[in-house]
Amino acid sequence: ITCLVMYLFAEFDDAANLLAANPDATTISIDEPVEIPKNQHSRLQEPGREEDDELLGTDDSDKTELLAGQKKSAPFWTFEYYQTFFDVDTYQVLDRIKGSVFPVPGKNFVRLYIRSNPDLYGPFWICATLVFTIAVSGNLSNFFIHLGKPTYHYVPEFRKVSIAATTIYAYAWLVPLALWGFLMWRNSKVMNIVSYSFLEIVCVYGYSLFIYIPTAILWIIPQKVVRWVLVVFSLCLSGSVLVMTFWPAVRDDNRRIAVATVATILLLHALLAVGCLAYFFDAPELDIPAPIIPAHNGTTVITKSH
Amino acid sequence: FPGLADVSISQDIPVEGEITVPVGSHSPDEDYSTLDEPVKDTIMRDLKAVGKKFVHVMYPRKSSALLRDWDLWGPLVLCVSLALMLQGGSADSKDDGGPQFAEVFVIIWFGAVVITLNSKLLGGTISFFQSLCVLGYCVLPLTVAMLVCRLVLLVGAGTVSFIIRLIVVGAMFGWSTLASTAFLADSQPPNRKALVVYPIFLFYFVISWMILTFTPQ
Repeated sequence: ITCLVMYLFAEFDDAANLLAANPDATTISIDEPVEIPKNQHSRLQEPGREEDDELLGTDDSDKTELLAGQKKSAPFWTFEYYQTFFDVDTYQVLDRIKGSVFPVPGKNFVRLYIRSNPDLYGPFWICATLVFTIAVSGNLSNFFIHLGKPTYHYVPEFRKVSIAATTIYAYAWLVPLALWGFLMWRNSKVMNIVSYSFLEIVCVYGYSLFIYIPTAILWIIPQKVVRWVLVVFSLCLSGSVLVMTFWPAVRDDNRRIAVATVATILLLHALLAVGCLAYFFDAPELDIPAPIIPAHNGTTVITKSH
Repeated sequence: FPGLADVSISQDIPVEGEITVPVGSHSPDEDYSTLDEPVKDTIMRDLKAVGKKFVHVMYPRKSSALLRDWDLWGPLVLCVSLALMLQGGSADSKDDGGPQFAEVFVIIWFGAVVITLNSKLLGGTISFFQSLCVLGYCVLPLTVAMLVCRLVLLVGAGTVSFIIRLIVVGAMFGWSTLASTAFLADSQPPNRKALVVYPIFLFYFVISWMILTFTPQ
C-alpha cells in the first residue's frame, strides 16, 4: 500500500511540474476549478488584440511567451543555457538577414522572424564581419586614393581594427541595453501591448547592422557622392526596420516621448555610419597637391586639405 | 545466512573470470611508464606526432589521427613563427603599422577559441581541444605563404611581386579553409554546417589579410 501511495505522490509531482510550466493549459481536475475561468478570460481578450495581429505577426502571443519561458529553463551557469541562444539553422539566419535588409511594410521583424527564438549567432558574427570589413575596406580605399603619390608609403593601419571592434560591439550591445532599460521604465508608467526582451532587442540591432557590410565594401569607390548616397540608402533600409520594430512599443506613450525615442534610434544608427565613414575612409578627390612639411622630429608629415 | 538459502544461480548465466598471481617483478620491456626512457625518445615521439599531423594537414583527407590525439605543440610553433615573421613591418608611427606580436598571437588563439565555442554552442560534437588543435594546425599553409612572401619581398616590392604574393596567399588561404573544413565538418549537425564554416572562413581571411599587407621596412 505504501508503494501505491508513493506512486500517486510521484504522479502529483509530475502534474504539478507540468502545471507550473504551463499555467494556461486546460487541465481537467476535480480540485482546481479556477483554471477554467482563466482560460475564458484569455479567450475574451483575443478579439481586442486582432488589430495588432498584423504587427504582432501571430495571434497567440500568450503561447509564444510561455514557450519562451519554457525554453530557457537551464540554470545560467550551465553550458546548455547558452546553447539555447544558438538554436538556429542556416536557413533561419539567412531569413533573418533578408528580413533586416528588405523591410516588409506593416510587419514586425521581431514577431515575424524571431518569434521568441532570439539568437546570438547573428549579432555576434555580423558585428565581427563588419569590424573586419570596415578595417579592410578603409585600408584598401586609402591605398587606392593615395596610390599615385610619390611620397605615399602603404601602411596596414592595423591599429584601426581594435578601434572598429570597440565601436561596433559597443553600439551593438550598449545601445540595446539603454533602449531596453528605457522601454522597461516607460512600461512601468504606461501599459504597452508590445514589450521586447533584452535579447530580442540585441537581435534586431545585430541583424540591422548587416546592411553596412556591403555598404562598407562599396565605400571603396572613391567618390564622395557615391559614398553619401550609399549612407542614405542603407540608413533608409535598416532604419525602417528599426522604426517598424520599435514604433509599436512606444506609440501608446506620450506622443512626444514616442517620437523622440524613434528619432534617437535613427540618429544613433546614422551616427555610426557617418562616424565609420569619416574615420576609416580618407576623403577622396584631393584637388591641391599636398605640401610636405618636415616635422620637428624628423618624420615627414603630409597635410591633407579636405 | 538463512535468507540466502534459496538463492541459486541460474544455469544460463556463465560465471567466468581470471585469477592471476603476480610472479616476480615486471621486466623492463613490459613497463608502460615512460619515466625511465631516455629524453631523446620522449622528444622524438612528440616530434613524430607533430610531424605526422603536419603531413595530414598538407594532404587533407578524412582521418581521425588529427582528431583523436590532439596536441597543441604544433599550433604554438606555427603561431609563434607566424607572429615573428610578421614583425619588422614598416610604420611611420607606432599606430599605423602592421600587427604587433601580441596582436597576432591574440587574434589566432582568441579567434580559435571563439570559433570552437561557436561550433560547440551550435551543437557540434567535437571536443574543445580537438577543435583548437585542428584550427591551429591548419594555419600551416598560411605560415608557408608568409615564408614565401618574405622571400619574394627580398627580391623586389613592385607590382609583379604583389601579384605573386596575392596568388600564393590566396591559394594557401583556400587550402587552409578546405583542410580545416574537411576535418571539422563531420562533427556538426547537417543543417548548420554553413553557420560553422563561415567563421572559419573569416578567421583565415583575417590571417591572410595580415600576411598580404605585410610591407617590409
